[in-house]
Amino acid sequence: MLEYGWDAGVAISRFLDGLKAGKILGVRCNVCGRTVTPPRAFCELDFKPIDAWVELPDTGTINTYSICYITWDMKPLRKPQIPAVIEIDGTTPRAGFLHLIGGVKGSSVESIRKQLRVGMPVRAVWRKPDQREGAITDILHFEPVRGRRR
Amino acid sequence: MKRKPQRRVAVIGAGMSLFMRRALETGKELSYYAASQALETAGVRLKEIQAVVMATAPDAFDGVHMKGEWLLDGAGGVRKPYLRAYVGGGSGVFSIISGWTLVASGLFDLVLVVAEEKMSSCQPHPQGAFLTIFDHTIERPLGPNLLWIFSLEQHRYMATYGIRNEDIALVSVKNKRNALDHPVAQVAASLTVKDVLASEVVAWPVHRLMVSPISDGAAAIVLASEDVARRLSDKPIWVQGVGWSLDTSYWGNRDLAYPRYVERAARMAYEMAGISEPRRQIHVAEPYDPFAYKELHHLEGLQLSDKGKAPEDLARGRFERTGELPTCPSGGLMGVGNPIAAAGLMKLCELFWQLRGEAGARQVPGNPERGLAQAWGDLMQVGTVAILGVN
Amino acid sequence: MSERVAIVGVGAVVPRPQSRDASHREMIFDAATRAYADAEITHHEIDSFISVAEDIHEGTSITDEYVPDQLGAVLKPVQTIAGDGMQGVAVAFALIRSGIADLVVVEAHCKPSNILRHGDVLEMALDPVYERPLRVHPHYIAGLEMRRYLHDTGTTEDAVASVVNKNRRQALANPAAPYGGNVSTSDVLASPPVCEPLRSLEVSSYADGAVVLALASEERARRCPKPVWIRGIGWASDSPWLARREWSDAVYASLASGMAYQMAGIATPTEEIGFAEIDDTYAYKELQHLEAAGLAPRGRAGALTVAGETRREGRLPVNSSGGSLGMGYCFDASALYRIAEVTRQMRGEAGRAQIANPGSGLVISWRGVPTQTGGALVLGSH
Repeated sequence: MLEYGWDAGVAISRFLDGLKAGKILGVRCNVCGRTVTPPRAFCELDFKPIDAWVELPDTGTINTYSICYITWDMKPLRKPQIPAVIEIDGTTPRAGFLHLIGGVKGSSVESIRKQLRVGMPVRAVWRKPDQREGAITDILHFEPVRGRRR
Repeated sequence: MKRKPQRRVAVIGAGMSLFMRRALETGKELSYYAASQALETAGVRLKEIQAVVMATAPDAFDGVHMKGEWLLDGAGGVRKPYLRAYVGGGSGVFSIISGWTLVASGLFDLVLVVAEEKMSSCQPHPQGAFLTIFDHTIERPLGPNLLWIFSLEQHRYMATYGIRNEDIALVSVKNKRNALDHPVAQVAASLTVKDVLASEVVAWPVHRLMVSPISDGAAAIVLASEDVARRLSDKPIWVQGVGWSLDTSYWGNRDLAYPRYVERAARMAYEMAGISEPRRQIHVAEPYDPFAYKELHHLEGLQLSDKGKAPEDLARGRFERTGELPTCPSGGLMGVGNPIAAAGLMKLCELFWQLRGEAGARQVPGNPERGLAQAWGDLMQVGTVAILGVN
Repeated sequence: MSERVAIVGVGAVVPRPQSRDASHREMIFDAATRAYADAEITHHEIDSFISVAEDIHEGTSITDEYVPDQLGAVLKPVQTIAGDGMQGVAVAFALIRSGIADLVVVEAHCKPSNILRHGDVLEMALDPVYERPLRVHPHYIAGLEMRRYLHDTGTTEDAVASVVNKNRRQALANPAAPYGGNVSTSDVLASPPVCEPLRSLEVSSYADGAVVLALASEERARRCPKPVWIRGIGWASDSPWLARREWSDAVYASLASGMAYQMAGIATPTEEIGFAEIDDTYAYKELQHLEAAGLAPRGRAGALTVAGETRREGRLPVNSSGGSLGMGYCFDASALYRIAEVTRQMRGEAGRAQIANPGSGLVISWRGVPTQTGGALVLGSH
């Protein structure tokens, strides 16, 4: 059976350490002035080592989301998964990564769409500190921040 | 592009296997059928072929490491220079770019290009091959599947421009209907928008009938240098332009509403082909349509519709087979089927037949002189474009 | 319009058995930064990019996805060649000759240390119906081939062992070779058989690495400080079936070198090739490949090696870098390490490993078992 033990590298290792500490980290390039996450060791546009690490808030905005009713092998899911691209606050231009949306009631498209929209503010829901392992899943999901508008 | 290409390259033969959910034939055998047909229509024997290009998507479909090596005898590659370029879903259209590169370099005069996919070998479901396309450390632990990224992208496209799912479902209707005229088609059908939207939601906003099927199949073409093409063919179809572009891997950092990599690829191909007004100068197009919205998304990237306006163009009939700019007259991936790399090359086979006036019931009117095929792949990231013409 | 193409930039990370501190993308960034500095170019100037990779080596389906950033290639023409490093270089060469690119970059990398059991990967390269059910470690294919090669050519096991002795000794003069060592012929012959007659010390050891090469048209190369010219390039594949191959001959290497020699106008390689970096994934392959490339009469490569003629100071230096036996086996990146070495030799930058008056250099590459795909490259200084 194929098995791999990938080296995460300098940048992603530090990102994972940050998650374990309950922090979302980003990096900044002084040439293009962008602050981005997930972190990288080099700026892919200016092709130089990254200049600075920054701690970002654990809040953001839904860039897009989907309501997924099947597993990869086409088995139906009664309770859908809601993947989303989350733009993390403090990034420029607003940039982010794939995660899940939680804290939403119901399971029909209609009921979920009533609670979510593109551009809605969200906040990370973290695992308890002693349960974190330095993985993307240390954030359980992002959930809507009620009553806050960007 | 630094200089004008020195040498012209022509397509002189094309062939396809049936596209189907599960072929009894192996990938090698499917390749052999398509390649034989392409060679026969070109009037060329395998021993005259100087190099072979193979396109095929993830090794995981077959569970074979270095599957290009494994497939090479079915494609006629034994004891020849053989090449497999791989740009995910873009590989099928990229295969003509690989072949073009080899002929345009002056290294070879006759090159066989074969694209094959046998997805059905992958159990329990070919989607399993896509579980490992995601970043191993920061995405795979979330359990993503392939439908996620398409549904995320479609939703962003809809939200940005205020597009309705009804507008998108029309692509399925058009392409599945066009495919009724394609003899190798797997999922041709006469449907309404209502039928498409009544199919179950797999990952909202994507419904089942907005997704291309799982397919086995192969396609092939023969490419020749100018002198050889003129000697062997009285109707060579010329490769007028090629372009390709790959965007950043950080897909969460991009605007998913617009495929700027498709625009880059198209602009490269247009420049090579000397095209300044694509909407007037392209007569038939085969944009990549693995999901219904992708055809519209890509038409915008190709500069063949304004941003956010492709749905309106579709609704007013511009992309019908008899419309101003027929798109996917073959039936596309939504109708003919989607054996990934083979589906891309199928689009080029279609242009070859359309431009020669040999497309039968699928023939678009008005003696088209120039056509464009495009594919897309990776993490919503790569655009590949080829432009064929009668002169 | 000139159709000549040159290698104008070389960047490589030192191969090593483990590379836990860096992701493969970070290693490639390092190699690319070095290559661009070496060629005195910026990433903005590069017209086209080629990555050489295989999904199952990476543990990622459609590994092409993770290529552009670390090369400075975002939104540029980028393609992945699922093939030998030499095939990547051939595509770069063809792109430049076609006229649509003046400056092309080729990248290959490998992280065998991240693959828990490479034997499982190799097994997946065998035909799933006819060959895989035998459940034998694929090194056996090399054992079968070596046996037939020894039988047909009369080459001795001593001669094969002397390749290991030579290459690992030569690696001692190469600071980028992690497997340098004094390993005598008798040490090799005393090492346990993997698939007899193949012995464990005759199999090169894995190394993680990344190499980036920059190629340019003649016009563009004139503006780079140290161009080395491609005189000829070739590649070929033979049947993938185990049941249908010439076990003692590397036919692919004969076809590939024939194509490269024809392009270079070389009729008598023994007189026109000054030195070579030849695939030695398994020690006997160096001998088999030397004969296939016409650098030794059939059955004579072993004797030439025993006589010391392929040592760095010999008549035809072979694998002065240490080859894969000395530098480590880097999957499809091995070809680019070999090319990088020939380029350095021709520029006179090989330090203690430098060959005096190198002349034209030849590279022969191979994709490893169970393939019969390989390439050839002839480089010249003008």
